[in-house]
Amino acid sequence: MNKFNINNLDLFYGETHALKNISLNIPNRQVTALIGPSGCGKSTLLRTLNRMNDLVENVKITGDVHFDGNDIYQDSDVTALRMRVGMVFQKANPFPMSIYENVAFGLKAQGNKSKDEIDAIVEESLRGAALWDEVKDRLNSDAFGLSGGQQQRLCIARAISMEPEVILMDEPTSALDPIATHKIEELMDELRKKFTIVIVTHSMNQAKRIADKTAFFWMGELVEHNDTAELFNNPVDQRTQGYVSGEFG
Amino acid sequence: MDNVISTVRTSTLPEKATKKRDWIATGFHLLFLACAMVGVLSVGTIGWFVFHEGLPAFQQAGVAQIIFGQEWLPPALFGIGPMIVASLISTFGAVIIGVPIAILTAVFLAELAPNWMANIVRPAVELLAGIPSVVYGFFGLVIIVPMIETIFNIPAGNTILAGIIVLAIMILPTVITISETSLRALPGTYKEAALALGASQIYTVFKVLIPAARSGIYTGISLGIARAIGETMAIIMVMGNAPAMPGSLLEPARSLTANIAMEMSYATGIHSSALYSTGIVLLVFIVLLNSCLLYMNRKRTY
Repeated sequence: MNKFNINNLDLFYGETHALKNISLNIPNRQVTALIGPSGCGKSTLLRTLNRMNDLVENVKITGDVHFDGNDIYQDSDVTALRMRVGMVFQKANPFPMSIYENVAFGLKAQGNKSKDEIDAIVEESLRGAALWDEVKDRLNSDAFGLSGGQQQRLCIARAISMEPEVILMDEPTSALDPIATHKIEELMDELRKKFTIVIVTHSMNQAKRIADKTAFFWMGELVEHNDTAELFNNPVDQRTQGYVSGEFG
Repeated sequence: MDNVISTVRTSTLPEKATKKRDWIATGFHLLFLACAMVGVLSVGTIGWFVFHEGLPAFQQAGVAQIIFGQEWLPPALFGIGPMIVASLISTFGAVIIGVPIAILTAVFLAELAPNWMANIVRPAVELLAGIPSVVYGFFGLVIIVPMIETIFNIPAGNTILAGIIVLAIMILPTVITISETSLRALPGTYKEAALALGASQIYTVFKVLIPAARSGIYTGISLGIARAIGETMAIIMVMGNAPAMPGSLLEPARSLTANIAMEMSYATGIHSSALYSTGIVLLVFIVLLNSCLLYMNRKRTY
């Protein structure tokens, strides 16, 4: 059962051919890691899945991306897509609002929930992001008062408040210290039970620890895609072998 | 051994260079300080001068008589109540009309407009800032005043409403430019985060971007208010200048600034002092305005 089917996807930023003929399936309720050196296109691919690339000027996309069987580039309702496909960014990016307002933001934007419903979902989401116990007494204080790791978990809470089916994570721990990273990885282990997770990571060890499937990208190409253990232990391609053994990248 | 090393390290040449650099640094420091003091001294001097000249009128006529007095009949009566009302209403009206237009324009320029269109609108707005106020007055006199006469069927269109419209246009460039700058200064991550949650672009603008940029927008608004309340020439040309309490927006009125500008050339003695006391009232309004701004821009605690 696949959540996303990506077929022959090409993406150009102006003249730059950023993604070259990518075909990849993303299985439901598993963690798929996208790895590769900087500039290999893994973040770009992630951003095609919730159409965040639409914000960039001069982007041209060919090929198709099916989400539960529907082509997301034919179906024009971007808003509905983004409600079902949440995203957590590289750098924690809470809004300049209170902790409560941050988590409630998406629900209020949706505009069809009562105050009590929102209260309940905010609590549930913060619990889901393992942040509730740390913030329950100061829900109305500024989100910027939280530590970096807490802010990132707040962003995860904000994403899961929408009850999405997929969560895209763009190097979510690269700005965090090892302890905060460990907490987020533990959290992802919980989240995989309910959500499909696609994570871009620079850390091969992180991919090994958390991912069911791993895809290796190189210069805009998808070089190899396999079960994580297979990819790291028995890489088929020379380039994959070189990268996972730390020879380059 | 220690001695040798220390001698090498403190050779005389670098020390001299250091001293010279210190001297230059001190010189620049004083220069910067002197420049900064020009502004402070100017404000101090103007404040002292206006208060010094205006106080005799307050002493003779009484504060209440001047501020709440309805009759302006120099050299007997010096009530500037009508002018305070005229200044406040014309400024307030200009803000009510001008600020929403300006903020929406700023959002359009910063977020929505395609580049080619922003490149037409922005210079047009900046040009608006450079037009002398006498030209605004002329524009008001030729276009807005007759328009008001036709629409409301009144004999003279020189009214508070005409003043409000001209002032609303005059504050646009200030508010637009500062609001747009502060919207553009926001980190792109706010917009990204909101859109990724499925919020629409308009919802993002009103619920995330404008609130996040609000301190810059407040600054723009308060500079706009300062411009409106201090505007003189255009107001004299379109507002009719009758020193009586206006009964409606369709009656002429005289602003504080117009009062000073029109009579200063021939006023003497206590009359002149009364005009300075008009200036005192104007200064107090500006100080209050800035205090409000400081209060609103204090770090918000949730």
